[in-house]
Amino acid sequence: MSAVSAELWPYLVLVLVGYLPNEIWRALGLVLARGLNEDSQIVIWSRAVATAILAGVIAKLILFSAGALLTIPLPVRVGAAALGFLAFLSVKRSVFAGVIVGEAALLLGGYLFAP
Amino acid sequence: MPAPRNFDSSAAAFFGGVKSALTSVFFLVLMGTYIGIGALAHDFGFPAWWLAMSTVLVWAAPAQVILISALGASASLFEAALAVTLSAIRLFPMVVALLPLLRGKGTRLRDLLLPTHFTSVSMWVESLRLLPSLPRERRIAFCNGLSVGYMGTAVTFGFVGFYLAAGLPPLLAGTLLFLTPMSFLISTARGARMMIDRLALVLGLLLGPLLTYLNIGLDLMWTGLVGGTLAYIVHRLREAAT
Repeated sequence: MSAVSAELWPYLVLVLVGYLPNEIWRALGLVLARGLNEDSQIVIWSRAVATAILAGVIAKLILFSAGALLTIPLPVRVGAAALGFLAFLSVKRSVFAGVIVGEAALLLGGYLFAP
Repeated sequence: MPAPRNFDSSAAAFFGGVKSALTSVFFLVLMGTYIGIGALAHDFGFPAWWLAMSTVLVWAAPAQVILISALGASASLFEAALAVTLSAIRLFPMVVALLPLLRGKGTRLRDLLLPTHFTSVSMWVESLRLLPSLPRERRIAFCNGLSVGYMGTAVTFGFVGFYLAAGLPPLLAGTLLFLTPMSFLISTARGARMMIDRLALVLGLLLGPLLTYLNIGLDLMWTGLVGGTLAYIVHRLREAAT
């Protein structure tokens, strides 16, 4: 019993903490699908909240890395992210260019400044 | 506007949707994104099948990244759920905007259940672009095909990223892991057309690490509420000033 529940626990967490809190907004959209437009104030605010949360997670992944990224020094990680972002801004706002430059900088920096 | 297309049957429309998915620019975007998320899930110690299930059930890359990094960094379940739900509010207006395109005369509520669950950025952008040129009775099938194509791509490359991260030397695995923050940073910046969204991005980048560093509880929730609301206030003040 306990072995089974230890196996199933991550999936239960997935449903309760991942699926339901996410899906509820889709379900609400289906039920209340009339009369809300993209420019209403609550939509603009909620988009800003979601953007800030995601940005917070991005910065934490770069600054407080875990696992394999820890083998790459902090200044290299931050520098690579900055270079990638600059490449995105300077090459026609291309996501592809930004990601390639950021990744290349990380790889090179990680190789040169291995701890 | 793409040329109008006609499909003989719902099945043809469904496979037309799958084909559209596999040949669109979002195929590459999802590939890169889910290779990164696969590596992330491996790094935080989640099983590969758990990741695949999360892609099918959650089907929102930002929510999955938040879920994996929060649970992996042993945040409380309550905090993780709160951060996921705050990141998911944006799905609400997306569903609201999509459904009128799918609804026809004989459409039943249960026909809309799948498209509602499938609503995510990639599918939404392409549906809004492609559906208007399709006859109404084929739209739901096309939309489901499109979504299944995208979801299959995401699940597949999630596995690819997971096993690549497991087998590669640390430097290369680190490079894969870096895909997630790098691509999300840039695609969020690209999607941020209005000043309020750019400001929210910058505030989030600053507040997230700061609140973590200060050991503030529910740091993700506060990052979102404080950063997002500050950006909103500045936006309102600027609007009032003009």
